[in-house]
This record gives sequence, C-alpha cells and structure tokens, in this order.
Amino acid sequence: MVKIGKINLKNPVMVASGTFGYAEEFEGLIDLKKLGAIVTKTITLDPKQGNPMPRICETASGMLNAIGLQNKGVDNFIEEKLPYLSKIGVPVIVSVSGDCADEFCELAKRLDREKHVDGIELNLSCPNIKARGLIAQDKEATYETVKSVREKTGKTLIAKLSPNVTDIVEIAEAACEAGADSVSLINTLIGMAIDVETGKPKLGNITGGLSGPCIKPIALRMVWEVAKNIDKPVIGMGGIMTAQDAVEFLIAGAKAVQIGTASFIDPGISGKIIKGVEKWTKTK
Amino acid sequence: MKDIKARILSNKEIAPGYFKMALDAPYIAKTAKPGQFVQVRCSDGFDPLLRRPLSIHRLKAQGSPRLRSGQARLKGIEILYEVVGKGTKILSEKKDGNLVDILGPLGNGFTLPTALNLEPSAILVAGGIGVAPLVFLAEELAKKKIDTVVFIGARTKKFILCAKDFKKLGAGLQIATDDGSRGYKGFVSRLLKLRAGTKVYACGPRPMLECIAGMCIKENVECEVSLEEKMACGMGACLGCAVKVAGNEYKLACKDGPVFSANKIIWLR
Repeated sequence: MVKIGKINLKNPVMVASGTFGYAEEFEGLIDLKKLGAIVTKTITLDPKQGNPMPRICETASGMLNAIGLQNKGVDNFIEEKLPYLSKIGVPVIVSVSGDCADEFCELAKRLDREKHVDGIELNLSCPNIKARGLIAQDKEATYETVKSVREKTGKTLIAKLSPNVTDIVEIAEAACEAGADSVSLINTLIGMAIDVETGKPKLGNITGGLSGPCIKPIALRMVWEVAKNIDKPVIGMGGIMTAQDAVEFLIAGAKAVQIGTASFIDPGISGKIIKGVEKWTKTK
Repeated sequence: MKDIKARILSNKEIAPGYFKMALDAPYIAKTAKPGQFVQVRCSDGFDPLLRRPLSIHRLKAQGSPRLRSGQARLKGIEILYEVVGKGTKILSEKKDGNLVDILGPLGNGFTLPTALNLEPSAILVAGGIGVAPLVFLAEELAKKKIDTVVFIGARTKKFILCAKDFKKLGAGLQIATDDGSRGYKGFVSRLLKLRAGTKVYACGPRPMLECIAGMCIKENVECEVSLEEKMACGMGACLGCAVKVAGNEYKLACKDGPVFSANKIIWLR
C-alpha cells in the first residue's frame, strides 16, 4: 500500500497523463482495476483544439510530441469521461492545466465538487502551449499557483514538474511549501527534429516534448535529487518501459511511478510492470 | 481490437523494396473490415520505439484455395509494406515462424457503395504502396458483385503491385507509371473518368488524394480517401495523428479514420 496525500494506492504503478486518454480507450487491452491509479489526459477550462500537424515524430529510443493539450474542456470531462472512470474502482487523478493561476483555481473548484475525483495533478509543465514560459520553470509562479489552488480544494494535490530547469529541487520545494501533497516528475524535455529533405522542422509546433526510454537517466537523476530534499512523496516517471526501470525509480526515492510513452507501444505494459514491481517488493 | 502475438506465415519481397507478410491472426481476420489497419511492433527493443501502422492488405484463408469449400475458415491477415525506414527494414528481415506483436483491427474502414444507386459501381485509385488496403476492398466489392475499375499509379513497371490480384477478382485495370514503362505516362489521376453513381476510393500520396478529392467534389461523385499520418498509439490515446476536417476541427486518423469522406478533409496544413 502506498499513500500519496489522501489517496491509498494498492500498488505504486499509475498511468501517466496524456498517454492513457481517459482510460476507456484501453478497455479490454489491460485490466484497469489492477492499476495503482489513473491520471487522465490534461483538461483545461475551455476546450482546446491542439497544435497543427505533424504532432509527433520518432527519435532515437524516444519520441517528440507537440499535441498542444487538445481536450474538450472540464465540463465535457465531468459529463462524458468521469462516469466511466468512476466505475473502474481505481483512484482517479485528474490532470489540469491553465494559462494562469485563476484558471487552475477554477478547475480545482469544479473538480472539488466531484466525489469520484480523488486527486488533481497540476500540469505546470506542458512544453507545447504558447506562453512566456512554463509555470514550473519559475519557483515563485509555482508557489503562487499551488498555493491558490490549495485554498480551493481539499483533494490530494500533485504538482507535475518540468525537467527544463536549472534546479528542479527549488521548484519542488516551492510546490511543497505552497501545500502540494506530492510532486510528480519529469514531464517531457523540450526538443526538436529537422527533416533534411525539406529543411523544415518535423513538428508543426517546431519544438516538442521528448519522452521515452532515452530520457530515463535524466528522470532518474532528478527524482533522486528531489526525493532526498523534500519530505513529501515523489512520483517518478520518464522513460519507464519495464518493471526493472520502475524499480530503479523506487530505489532512487520515488514512492510511486507513472508509466507514460510505454503504453503507446504496449497498451498492456502497466499490468506487466505491476507484476514485476510486486515481485521485487516481496524479495526486497 | 486485441493485442496479439502473431506468427509469421510468410514474408516475401514482391517488388524491389516491397514486402508482403502473412500473419497467423484468426481473431483479427474475423473482425477486420477493408480500410482498417494494425499496429505492428517491428523491434523487440526500443529503437525504433513506436509501432508501425500498416493497413490490412487482405484476409488469409485456411488451407489452399483448392481445398476450400463454401465459407473458408479465416486464418490470418496479410500486410503489404514498403521498406522506408528502420522499422520496416527490421520487419522485412523477419523469418517465417517469428512472432510479432500486432494490435488490431484499428480504425474506421471504407463504406461500400449504398443501394441508393440502382447499379452501384466503384473506382479504386492506388498510388504506390497505397494499393495495400485496396485489395481487401476489391475482394469485398467482388463478393457484392459491384462493378469495379482499379487505377494503379507506380514509379515504373517494376513497382506495379497487385495487378494480378485485381484481375483475378474481375476488376477492370488501368495503369499509369511515372516513366511510361507501362500504361499511361504521368499521374494516375489523369486517367480517371468519373461518372455519376460511382463511388471512388483512393489511397496513396497526399497530393494524389487531394487531386482526386477535388475532382470528385467537382463532379459530385462520392469519394473516400485513406490517409496516412504519423502515429504513436493507433487507438486514440496520444492524439498525435490529427487530421483537419470541415468545421476547422481535428479528427484522429487512427480512430475517426484512416478512411475519411473526401469532402470533409481540409487539405492545406
């Protein structure tokens, strides 16, 4: 049993935001009931159309994406997606994003009324939306956002952090001081790829977020740095493809992990990782 | 839709750089519709990382055709692919008996001409590897005894794929090559003669599809195109394979497509 804020997880393996849709997409391909928790695709206050194509591109042992938080907005989520999620019987953590602290607050207020929402993950770190910078790149902005959301909800609050910073520890500390129950890291690393035939970027958005096994060493190092410096539980992610990868994050100090890009390659991978992690926990 | 480990029954180069692979996958064969695709994991490792979306080329029946009586039992599917990069290269080197992960059937396929017309007919237009899903479609059209003409566009005569398969099904055939080594010299779209009541199905390079879509809209002929987009998951989770459609909104090639009504697509990026 793992505890993140008020949420009790039967195992430390969650599925990461943006890589598992709203769970119904994976029905029949994985036993959803076995998951530690489900973190849903990021929603915003108003619907978002997303970025121009192409939105993804494969790179060496990884992929770049610039989806641009395409989603139908919080009202649609509550009406259309939450009823399905609430029937699974697994903690539901809703990832939210906004352009400013007010939007995050409004989202938290709406979700706070929903009893089937167990937690809120603040996506302070999506690299694919047009803004001056990411909230998670600025410790004051992180502190202000988390603090104002904290006043709006008693639900478990997780701040999702960006690796695109000089010192991730100070951002994690700011989030925890402001009242976050946990921090999750890492979101994607900003990258780009160019098509030499056309001389143009391979992504419509020019830059995108790098994920997959190629980012694991960076993720692991950041999880280790944060975990030894904060008291709140750390949720580790970044390139986890196997149970062994997940165990590495737990050894580095994470209390739980999230499986992201791996679900695209093998939709049932989280089930396999859960089994492997349980085996490791028993022999430990 | 299921994720299965399928045994490779055969994997042959049928033209330079083009391979046909037969896979033991009864479940997918039984549930597949023309125009649907499968996500094939090419590598056992993580480079290349993503699966490759490949359309279902045709169904494979149990035993030899001579032994079949009545309703043939379905054994698996065939995929037809061009070696274009790391993933398809690895795929082309796989041996009979090897196992590959395939997820499918995925997406929305073609819809057959409706009975609204007294005598429905179909025109199939294939550009290069775009021929892959059209053989399965031609088989279904033949079953329904729908009059079909196939237009194949290829680089040279060496790269004309599946002509025999279409002929065997009783379809009319017209060929265009870039160099004129067989048939008409030039774009296959130039050969097309549309008539009212017919339905056009096209798969191939985007400029070809755009051109055919334009012709069909102008002549008020129904047209479906199968699009190819870069994809990660293939099942509507990553939202990577967006296609801009009328109303200025995005649909997903994997879930809403890959087959779309030509008049819905906004071609300019």
